[in-house]
Amino acid sequence: MPLAKRIIPCLDVDRGRVVKGTCFVNLRDAGDPVEVAARYDQENADEIAFLDITASSDNRETIIHIVEDVAEQVFIPLTVGGGIRTLEDISRLLHAGADKISINTTAVNNPNFIREASQHFGNQCIVVAIDAKQVKSGSDGQKQWEIYTHGGRTSTGIDAIDWAKKMEQFGAGELLITSMDRDGTKTGFDLDLMKTITSQTGIPAIASGGVGKLQHLVEGIVAGGADAVLAASIFHYGEYTVAKAKQFLAKNGIEIRL
Amino acid sequence: MQSNSVVVVDLGTGNLRSVTKAINTVSPNSEVHVSAEPSVIANADRVILPGQGAIGTWLKQLGAGTQLREAVMNALDEKPVLGICLGLQALYRYSSENGGQNGFARICGTVKHFSEAETDYQSELYQKQKIPHMGWNRVIQTKKHPLWKGITDGERFYFVHSYYADSRDPSQIAGQTEYGITFTSAATQDNLFAVQFHPEKSQRAGLTLLQNFINWDGA
Repeated sequence: MPLAKRIIPCLDVDRGRVVKGTCFVNLRDAGDPVEVAARYDQENADEIAFLDITASSDNRETIIHIVEDVAEQVFIPLTVGGGIRTLEDISRLLHAGADKISINTTAVNNPNFIREASQHFGNQCIVVAIDAKQVKSGSDGQKQWEIYTHGGRTSTGIDAIDWAKKMEQFGAGELLITSMDRDGTKTGFDLDLMKTITSQTGIPAIASGGVGKLQHLVEGIVAGGADAVLAASIFHYGEYTVAKAKQFLAKNGIEIRL
Repeated sequence: MQSNSVVVVDLGTGNLRSVTKAINTVSPNSEVHVSAEPSVIANADRVILPGQGAIGTWLKQLGAGTQLREAVMNALDEKPVLGICLGLQALYRYSSENGGQNGFARICGTVKHFSEAETDYQSELYQKQKIPHMGWNRVIQTKKHPLWKGITDGERFYFVHSYYADSRDPSQIAGQTEYGITFTSAATQDNLFAVQFHPEKSQRAGLTLLQNFINWDGA
């Protein structure tokens, strides 16, 4: 299998700065997005994700400028998410230099938006972001997860596995799956969540939420079935470089671009 | 003295800004235009034909019997052209996407969806591949070519596509990639060179290929 698994550093952007919190709160500053992105590119990141965590209209303009600036010097795929509401939002970001757009809340409010967006721009650039939280096990003892919107603030009552399958049918080109239980905890991905989704869908899946050490990246790919792993804090604060993470994966027998 | 004006043909799809910025980076002295103006295409030394999304929409932008289409056809006849993604697929005779679309028939073969592959996919032994084919995959150079200069055989490039080129004439295959099946990831004929991957998103290797294109006289 020559296709490499991907490592995607994620930049959570608030008012023009990279920040990172724990369980979606307690934000810490982690630098200038353009500088941080350029560093990840140097370290051989396979892709870079930007998440506009405030998603206000002011911040929309800010993130477009950030994408433009990054795209001038970084020649790897860029994924942008947060507050995407219209086809016009997608179009502007693609023109600024983004390659993929990740959509969460708007997809839940109007699933047909994903159909329209993928027909209009091609499914290769439409990523559906799923923020999932485990709920009590069903009567059969099987684990269940519910999806949340608005950056994890609003519960929906929608089952995460059903939702992932539905989004594939509606034309999503990729799924970005974040475990809210694990996000910022450094205890590893929710592997059951990942495995349950990746075994029932046929589009690429990115694992997110919970990476604290390099072994977690290996687990996300091997046990979780992820095609790509996303992490923020382990890279932002210099605990590990992306290059080091890639070497670790390669040593563990995972196909990787070195 | 190599003169260096490049036009990135704007058919309304894809990330044209990245292609332009990548050319600016490898060749600061090149004059780069992003345009769908027939005269701009006619006057350029080199033409890049990029495209992402649905090929039906892309071909529709080109129109039938328009001056734009004629300018692009003339470029295919006479100057160095680099096709990227849909710009590779459109060089084939036919693509099964969007209910079936006729291409420019410069490269022998057809374009099919990964799920239409006749061989490995049908075998129960073969693990089902995810579609789209997305990420960094190896390109095996099946032919020596100026555009491969300085690029290691088997180097990884960034791909994102659900349809693939099935070449009929091996002499036109410049590179191959494996994803369940082996498909044509780079094709060439005379002054044409086309790639399924995105050099503008393939970091150093991609920039090297774009630099080689700027230096290529099309022979």
